[in-house]
Amino acid sequence: MAIIDGRGVTKRYDSLLAVDRVDFSIDNNECFGFLGPNGAGKTTIMKMIYCRIPVTEGDITVDGLSVRTNSKKIKSFIGVATQDDDLDQDLTVYENLLIYANYFDIPRDIAVKRINDLLTFFDLNGKKDTPVDDLSGGMKRKLSVARSLVNDPKILIMDEPTTGLDPTARRQIWDTVIKLRSEGKTIILTTHYMDEAQELCDRIGLVFSGKILEVGTPDDLIGRVIGTNVCELYVTSEEQLGLVKQTIKGNIEQVGNRLFVYGNDADVLRRQCEAATGISQHVRPATLEDVFLKLTGRKLK
Amino acid sequence: MIERPTWRARHIWYRDWRVFKKYAITNILPYFAEPLLFIIALGYGLGLFVGQIGGVSYAQFLAPGILCSSAMFAASYECTYSTYVRMIFQKTFEAVLCTPVSIEDIVLGEITWGATKSLMSGICIFVVIWALGLADLASVAIILPVIVLAGLMFASLSLFFTSIVPSMDTFNYYFTLLLSPMFLLSGVFFPITQLPAIVKDLAWLLPLTHTVNVIRPAAMGHYSGTFIIEIAWMAIFTAIFYGLATVLMKRRLLD
Repeated sequence: MAIIDGRGVTKRYDSLLAVDRVDFSIDNNECFGFLGPNGAGKTTIMKMIYCRIPVTEGDITVDGLSVRTNSKKIKSFIGVATQDDDLDQDLTVYENLLIYANYFDIPRDIAVKRINDLLTFFDLNGKKDTPVDDLSGGMKRKLSVARSLVNDPKILIMDEPTTGLDPTARRQIWDTVIKLRSEGKTIILTTHYMDEAQELCDRIGLVFSGKILEVGTPDDLIGRVIGTNVCELYVTSEEQLGLVKQTIKGNIEQVGNRLFVYGNDADVLRRQCEAATGISQHVRPATLEDVFLKLTGRKLK
Repeated sequence: MIERPTWRARHIWYRDWRVFKKYAITNILPYFAEPLLFIIALGYGLGLFVGQIGGVSYAQFLAPGILCSSAMFAASYECTYSTYVRMIFQKTFEAVLCTPVSIEDIVLGEITWGATKSLMSGICIFVVIWALGLADLASVAIILPVIVLAGLMFASLSLFFTSIVPSMDTFNYYFTLLLSPMFLLSGVFFPITQLPAIVKDLAWLLPLTHTVNVIRPAAMGHYSGTFIIEIAWMAIFTAIFYGLATVLMKRRLLD
């Protein structure tokens, strides 16, 4: 069952069309990822869902409520962890959570209990009275996620939750996401890390130039857009490029000096590519990265 | 589009109060120090040469004026530089706007916090000038409420500027072209009746003039019916700039 439903959602800033008539539907208790390059409109779509900015046209319903008329109610059951470093720098870790709980009108006794649980869950008890400026990047991000849970939200929105984190901190955030999902929360995140999307998301919406190009499970997207296998060819000259393109019929994509040839049968694909280039080639299973490159690559010059 | 602010504005006030409390001593000290310097250096020092103004010593004349101008600066610094830092550099409001607290609540919270700083400054200075025998104790009943109103007024005016400035440097204009002339020409240091007619008329347009017009006579124990007109002037000015600040803040923060 869909908990979030967007129809004809458009966002226009003066002359810039940031989001262009997109439709999307996010199910209850799924982890949905908006995947796309910088400036594609992922963050803008999310900001419209959590009622930070108004929709220009169209409408989004969140748990049956329209973002046009019920923004305060919607905000009360959504938690948001943004990519901006917007923790309150004048306050300590504990105060950040306490003051944030105030904004939701959470009674003090309930807030204190929940904050203690969150500090334990995120292993921040030792840093309780530390000013946020003194925290490491990974800990700041953990606090940011902890803060987004202070109102015990039904829906958790995370904008690039692991950008700039080291591999350990990244995996800690991933584990948190998986755990929260198993507790019944609906999670929406944006990322431009393919491994992250593949690891965490039940379904992915590929965003490019203000449009949602494709939606599906990671495997589904790969199969539908690419096929199972890829052969990546590096060509040195325009001449060779033209030659290879002529010889190989079918599913092919050029990104800079690289040619991506897609196919389901690995052997057929390899022989085809070796024949075209005259050198030995290597075929690998297709990944989400290939989908990303195919759908967005040709437009990124 | 513009909604009524809600009781949630208190959360914004409380946040600022909590931060202030951490460094309360450091924060309060300037409220005593600077006005005291003015009163000693100008009131008692320069005052020797000035003699009496309107039948009172210069120190007695100056002290209530300084109380007014300090209240003005307290709210103005808070709702310009400090609010701007929270809004732009610290992204405090960005985080707040992911919660049910609205832009209207933020505006009201910041303005009441600015007025609170005026009140704190007013209380500190009143204690000092009362101890020096420069103000009548009973006048506190008039002075503190009027200082709160003046605080709301200057906080609203300041937040209006904060809602339109392109960068933090732009506040220099606000302080040097508006607040400094107001500091000098609103009757804080000398009666504006001394000024040429045109300047006198201009002074009437300055909000600080009306604050001084109430606080000074009150501090000396003279109460008058004209206070109502001055207070009404301040209330209307506050309402206008509070409204403008809300509309323009909404425009600035919404998208």
